[in-house]
Amino acid sequence: MVNLSINGMQVKVPEGTTILEAAKTQNFRIPTLCHHDDLCVAGNCRVCVVEQLGAKALVAACAAPVSEGMQILTNSLKVRSARKHIIELLLSEHNADCTKCYKNGKCELQDLSNEFSVGDHLLLDLCNIKDYTIDRFSPSIQKDDSKCIRCQRCVRTCEQLQGVNALTVAFKGDQQRISTFEDLSMAEVICTNCGQCINRCPTGALVERTYLDEVWDVILDPTKHVVVQTAPAVRVGLGEELGFEPGDRVTGKMVAALKRLGFDSVLDTDFTADLTIMEEGTELLTRLKQALVDKDPGVALPMTTSCSPGWVKFIEHAFPEYLPNVSTCKSPQQMFGALAKTYYAQVRKLDPKDVVSVSIMPCTAKKYEANRPEMRSSGYKDVDYVLTTRELARMIKQAGVDFSKLKEDKYDSIMGASTGAAVIFGATGGVMEAALRTAYELVTGREVPFEGLNITPVRGMEGVRQASVLIEDCKEEWSFLNGVELKCAVAHGLVNARELMNGVKSGDINVHFIEVMACPGGCLGGGGQPIPTNEKIRKKRTEAIYAEDMSMEIRKSHENPEIIGIYKDFLGEPLGHKSHELLHTHYTERVRY
Amino acid sequence: MDTIIENELVKELANKHGRSRESLIPILQDLVVSNRFLSKQDMVDVARELDISAADVFGTATFYTFLDTEPRGKYVIRICKTISCAMKGKNEILSTIEEILKLNLGETTPDRKFSLLEANCIGWCHKAPAMLINDTPYTELTPEKVTEILREYIKK
Amino acid sequence: MGAKHVKRVDLIFEKAECREILEKIMKMEPDEICQEVLESDLKGRGGAGFPTGLKWRFTNQEKDPVKYVVCNADEGEPGTFKDREILDMVPEKVFCGMAIAGRAIGAKIGYVYLRGEYKFLIPKLNEHLIKFHQAMDEFNHNFRIQIRLGSGAYICGEESALFESIEGKRGEPRNKPPYPTTSGLFGKPTTINNVETLVHTVMIMKYGASHFKELGTKDSRGSKVFSVSGDTPKAGIFELELGMSVDEFVQEFGDGDTKAVQVGGASGFCVPRKKFDETIIGFEGVPTGGSMKLFNSTRSMYNVLHNYLDFFTEESCGQCTPCRVGCQQLLKGVEAVKRGDKNSKYLDELVKLAKTMKRASKCGLGQSVGNAFGSIVENFKEEIIY
Repeated sequence: MVNLSINGMQVKVPEGTTILEAAKTQNFRIPTLCHHDDLCVAGNCRVCVVEQLGAKALVAACAAPVSEGMQILTNSLKVRSARKHIIELLLSEHNADCTKCYKNGKCELQDLSNEFSVGDHLLLDLCNIKDYTIDRFSPSIQKDDSKCIRCQRCVRTCEQLQGVNALTVAFKGDQQRISTFEDLSMAEVICTNCGQCINRCPTGALVERTYLDEVWDVILDPTKHVVVQTAPAVRVGLGEELGFEPGDRVTGKMVAALKRLGFDSVLDTDFTADLTIMEEGTELLTRLKQALVDKDPGVALPMTTSCSPGWVKFIEHAFPEYLPNVSTCKSPQQMFGALAKTYYAQVRKLDPKDVVSVSIMPCTAKKYEANRPEMRSSGYKDVDYVLTTRELARMIKQAGVDFSKLKEDKYDSIMGASTGAAVIFGATGGVMEAALRTAYELVTGREVPFEGLNITPVRGMEGVRQASVLIEDCKEEWSFLNGVELKCAVAHGLVNARELMNGVKSGDINVHFIEVMACPGGCLGGGGQPIPTNEKIRKKRTEAIYAEDMSMEIRKSHENPEIIGIYKDFLGEPLGHKSHELLHTHYTERVRY
Repeated sequence: MDTIIENELVKELANKHGRSRESLIPILQDLVVSNRFLSKQDMVDVARELDISAADVFGTATFYTFLDTEPRGKYVIRICKTISCAMKGKNEILSTIEEILKLNLGETTPDRKFSLLEANCIGWCHKAPAMLINDTPYTELTPEKVTEILREYIKK
Repeated sequence: MGAKHVKRVDLIFEKAECREILEKIMKMEPDEICQEVLESDLKGRGGAGFPTGLKWRFTNQEKDPVKYVVCNADEGEPGTFKDREILDMVPEKVFCGMAIAGRAIGAKIGYVYLRGEYKFLIPKLNEHLIKFHQAMDEFNHNFRIQIRLGSGAYICGEESALFESIEGKRGEPRNKPPYPTTSGLFGKPTTINNVETLVHTVMIMKYGASHFKELGTKDSRGSKVFSVSGDTPKAGIFELELGMSVDEFVQEFGDGDTKAVQVGGASGFCVPRKKFDETIIGFEGVPTGGSMKLFNSTRSMYNVLHNYLDFFTEESCGQCTPCRVGCQQLLKGVEAVKRGDKNSKYLDELVKLAKTMKRASKCGLGQSVGNAFGSIVENFKEEIIY
C-alpha cells in the first residue's frame, strides 16, 4: 500500500494506482478529456494535470502512479491557471458552432469550458486558418475535423476495442490530425461503421449521419404510410436519454412515444428476429446435413451469424475467404424492410411505393446496411431511413412528448408480435441462445436442457466464449444428428472477432456455429446507443435484456403466432422460394485497407 | 476484386528486415530509396506483409518528414531553413535553385527529376547555408556553387 | 568560478587504443564500472545532464535479464553538429563506450539511433562496426550493436520517442514514470546515452575518474564539445572546459559585435550582452548540448524567435495540447504583434502561455519552448514589437 496526501487529506491506496483513481477514493473528481474507462491511458490532453509539491512540472493524474509521501494538489492556483490555458488552447482550434452542433449539451469540451468560464477568446482563433474537412461520405458516420481535440480516443477505440485500425494519427506538429489510410473518407476504408468511435468521442467531431429531418418530412406527408420497427436493444437504452437510469426498460413508453410522433404503424424488429431464427436455424441444419449425411466436402462450416452489419463488413474486408461461411440470411432489420413493402403492404392493401420504412436501431452500421445495393428485394429500397436510439430521443424531445409520463402502449400488428428469444438478440450470445432454443426443439422435439430456457454458457462478457450442446434421441428425420455435440462460439467486439476467426483459420477453434456481434456487449453497446458507455452501464443493459426475455409470454421463436402466420399465408416454408427472394442476401469482398 | 499482385520489392525488403513491427521503418526507408516516395499500393502491400493495418503504415510513415507519401523526383533537394542557414543566405540559394530548375518550393519538375523542399537543421551550421540532395550534404553554398552542383545532377 | 580563459581540451578526439580499454573493462565488475563513472560526476552531454553513473547504476540494479544500451545519435537541436564530427572522427570510441555501458548494466545488445540526415556516415560506421564485433568475438564478449536510422523527426531525440521509433511506431514520447532505466526500449531496462557522453566514459576508463574531475567546476565536471556557429570568425567544433562564463566565450568566439548568444539551441536560453558576465555555461547556469549561436547587432531577434517557433510548430509530435496548440499560438502571436494586429500587452499573455507549456507539456520539447521564447521576449522586447 502507498501513503500519499491529496489536497491535505491522507490517502492509502494499492501500489500502481494512478493519482486520478486515488483522488476518486477521496471523492475528488479531477477533470479529464482523453481518459476513458474502456481504453488504455493516453495522457495527451493534459487537462488532468495536478500539482505535485516539490516537482518542477505538473503531472498528468491519469497517467502518473502514486508514490510514497507524494503530496498532490488538484485545484491549486498553478493547476487552475494551467487548466484554463489548456481549455483556451483547445477552443482556439475548435469550431464552436454549438447551437448547430449535434453534441450541444452533451459535449465534454463544452462542459469543461463552462466549468472554468472560458470563452473570452484570449488567444488567436486558429480554426479559420486551417483547411478542415467534414467527411459526410459514409451513410453511417460523420467526421468533422474542425471539432477534433485530438484526444485519440477514437483511434484507441478502433485499435484496442475493435482491432479494425481504420483510424490513425497522421503527420505531426501543426499538421497532426486524426485520419484514415491516405486521408480517404470513412466510406472508402476498412471502417465497419460500428460507431464505437462515436460513442467515445468527447465532442461533435464524430457523430452519426442523421436523418431526422427526412423522417419528419415523411411522417408529416399525408400521402405516405410510414412504418417503424424498433430493435431489441433500443428498449433498454432509450430511457438513458430521457431521464431514466441505465438498465431501465422503457418498451411500453417507447411504443407510446412512437405513436405520438405520428408513425402510421409501430412494429417490432423482434418479429423479424424470430423470423431470422426460423430461416437461419433451418440453414444451419441444412449445412449440417450436407456435411454429415451427404459428406459434401464443399459445405461451409462453421456457419456464422449475419445480423451484425459491422461484423459483415469486417469479414468482407478482413476475412473474405470466409464469406461462404456467413449465413445468407439478412439481418432482422432488412428482413423487416423487405416484408414491409411486400407482405405488409399486401395485407394492408397499400401501394408499396407509398410505404416508407423507418427503423430505430442501437446501431450506426445499420445505416450503411440499409443503403447496400442488394437491399432492394421488395422492388424498392427495403429500409428507407435508419435512426439511432439517440436520434429517436431527439425526435421525442422535438415533438414535445413528456416521455416519463407516458402510459405504456403495445405494438401494432402484423409484424409486431415477438418472443423472449427475439429480445435477447440485443445481448452478446443472444442470437446463439435463440437459435439453440428453436433448433434443439425442432430436432429432438424437446426443450433445450437448460433451466428456464436460460442457456447461461453462451451468456456473459468474455470476449470469446465457447459452448456445446449434446444432441441425442432425435426425431426420425434428424437422426443423423444423434450423438453430435453441437459446438458453438460467441464473440463480441471486433478485436475478439478477429481472434476467433484467426482461431478458425488455424484450426484451434473447431465449431459448427459462430455468433459475432461487432460491438462490445452486443447491440446493447452499439454505436447508436446513449453516450456515455462503460462496462457498468453495459452490464445494466444486459440485465435488462434478460429481464425482458423472462417477462415475455412466449420464449421461443417458433411459437410466435405471427411467425406461424407469415409462413402459412405468405412465405410457405423456411428457405423456400419466397424466403430466398426476400429474406436472403449475398456479400462482397472488399479491399484490405 | 482485390487480386493480389505480388510486390517483389516489398517481399524482398520484408525478407531482408523481417516482418515484425520494428521492421516497418527500415522497410519504408528502403522503399523510399528505391521509389523516392511511398505509393498507396506499396503501403497496402507492406501492411499485408506485416499483417498490420494500412492506416497504421500511413500514420507511421507520415510522422517522418523523409518518408514522403507524395510523389517526389529522382533527386530530392532539401534546403535547411533553420536559423544559421537562414542568417547566411539560404533565401538566395533557394531563389537560385528555383530559377535554374524552374521550380517552386514544394514542387517536382515535370520530368520527375528534381523536387525542392525545405528541411530543419541538418547539422552543418558552421558551414551554412547547407542542403541535402537525397542523402548527400552540400555545404558552404553560394549561388555559383549551387549552379555547378545542379549542373552535374542535370547531366546525370 | 569559471576559468580565466577559454580552455581548449583534447580528450574526445584523441585517438585511443580501444582494444586496451576493452580488455581492461572486461576484467572489471559491472558495479566497479558504475562506481568509477559515478565518481567522475560525468553528466549527460546531450543537454539534459543526468548523472551518467547514476543512470548506469539504476539500470544495473534491474533484475530483467534482457537490457539494452542505446546511443542517441539523433542530434537535431539547431546549432548542434558535434556528434556528427565525433561519429565521423572516432566512431570506434563510440562503440567502445557502448560496450562499457553494456558491461556496466548487463546488456547484450546495443542500438545506435542515427538521424536520417547523417545517413552518409553509414558506410564508415559499418566498417568500424565489423572491426568492433571482431574485437568482441576475440574477447568472447556477447555484445552486438545494430544501427537504426531516423527519418527526419527532431522529436525522436527525446529518449522515449526514440524507443518508439526503433519499435516501428510514430515517435511520440511516452508517459513517465516508468523511466527508461526501468522500462525503456521494448519495455526493457535501458540506458540511453548521448554520443559524446559515451566517448567520455571511454576516456574515464582510460585515465580514471579523478583525471576527469580536474577540469570544470563542482557542478559541471570535465570538458564538453561545443558546436559554434552564427556571427563568429571561428565557426566549428571545439572541446572546451566546462564552467566558463558567456563573456569569456564571446571574447574567444565573438566577432566584436555580439549582441546575444543562444545557448542550447532552439530549446535553450538567449543570453543578452548585459548578462554575458553573470551567466555560466554549465549545469549550474545555462546548460547546453553543445549548441552555441552568436548573433551580432545586424540580426533581428524577431527573426530569430520566429525561426525557432516555426521549427517547434513543425517538429512537435502533436499529441499533447499545450505543445501542439501552444507552439502555433506563440508563432502566430508574435506575428500578430509584429503586424500590429495585437498590442504589446498580448506578449505578456504569450509569456504566461509559455509558462503553462513549461509546466503542463508531456515532454521536454513542449517544456523547453518557453526557454527561448521567454528569454528573447524578456531581453529584446522592442525588437518583437516594432
